[in-house]
Amino acid sequence: MGLDFSVVPGFFDVIMQGVFWTIAITVAAAVLSFFGGIFFAVIALYAPRVISWPMKGFEWLFMGTPLLLQLFLIYFGLIQIGIDLPAFVAGSLGLGLHFAVYNSELIQTSILAVDKGQMEAARTLGLSRGQSLRYIVIPQAVRDVIPPIGNNMIALLKDSALVSVIGVTELTLSAQLAIGRTYRPFEFYAVAAVCYYIINLGMEAVLRRLERRVQASR
Amino acid sequence: MDIDLILRVYPHFLKAAVLTIELSVLTAILGLICGSLGAAARLSRLKAIRFIGAAYVSLFRGTPALIQLFLLYFGGPQIGIQLDAFQAGVIGLGLNIGAYMTETIRGAIISVHKGQTEAARTLGMSRWQATRYVILPQAFRLMVRPLGVNINALIKGTALVAAISVVELTYTAQRYIGSTYKPFEMFILAGVLYMIIIYATGRGISWLDKKVRIQ
Repeated sequence: MGLDFSVVPGFFDVIMQGVFWTIAITVAAAVLSFFGGIFFAVIALYAPRVISWPMKGFEWLFMGTPLLLQLFLIYFGLIQIGIDLPAFVAGSLGLGLHFAVYNSELIQTSILAVDKGQMEAARTLGLSRGQSLRYIVIPQAVRDVIPPIGNNMIALLKDSALVSVIGVTELTLSAQLAIGRTYRPFEFYAVAAVCYYIINLGMEAVLRRLERRVQASR
Repeated sequence: MDIDLILRVYPHFLKAAVLTIELSVLTAILGLICGSLGAAARLSRLKAIRFIGAAYVSLFRGTPALIQLFLLYFGGPQIGIQLDAFQAGVIGLGLNIGAYMTETIRGAIISVHKGQTEAARTLGMSRWQATRYVILPQAFRLMVRPLGVNINALIKGTALVAAISVVELTYTAQRYIGSTYKPFEMFILAGVLYMIIIYATGRGISWLDKKVRIQ
């Protein structure tokens, strides 16, 4: 059986819908992982041990196991305790939490690297501890880790293919649907790969611009 | 937590863990080969070969590993490549991690100070001799730790072959979640085994790193 790409245009809509959902879940999970990362970092560094230790255990577990396994846990685990989330929500939750843990590691190091004088100065000016963190320390810490967080976001885009296994109709699953009707796996996976590659290039361009702006604000 | 169930099914998980280890080892070996060739290509003096190396890295890092795996396993027969799931898993994951390792190895090589090559050349060594006896021994020391990071990612990445039905840890966990409806227990069981594998590998890498580092 040779290659025949003439079947592809007939599934243009299916593929484009897949592209849309891939971008949607990547953005949703990226936003979740960004703010989740800050939240986890603050808890790990400043919360009392009763809270921060279980948190560290959770981080350790999420960093030491495959994303695919975590997606199965979240999707089926939530069903088991009676919460039947749509696949899209479960998928963004799983992806977002997974990368929030990685972002948290970066942000923790970065918060600790912000000069101590910043916190002291803010406290002297009458800001509370929470306010000093929110307005003085965290903005500086986050600015410094934008490039590595950007790398995590690009990894997230590629890992979004995994949510196809829990039934989110993103690009990978869309390709599979087309394959189911045409029996032409090579053609459609190749098309999906090209789409991912283009989205990836677009995302890299956006991140580079963001990095430049952050650099300029120094 | 259903301890009885865990005790009943854990032998299957142990068997699956062995397969995960086999996959990881073979993938790591293939990845190191691809990574070394890729780095050599990217540092070549010939523009065409540099381009091939850069294209390899860009394509394999720019698309999801899962798609690469599917393309190889399901699409391969269309272009005359017949592989069973295990072979496709090793080759697909190996090519993928090889692209990341290419950048790691290249990074280590170019971070050896330029003066080293110049000095070696001044002493009358050929380009190849300078690389072989002066640059690479120093680069090896620098690449152990970052390659360890790649290998850590690779071990977790082997879970992907569950999607092409290789009966490794994640596939086994998924199957038992489906038949027992105990996702949490199965996750813990598989998760603990993954963490043991990753922890042991990490210790091995640290040991090697300490051994090759110049005090």
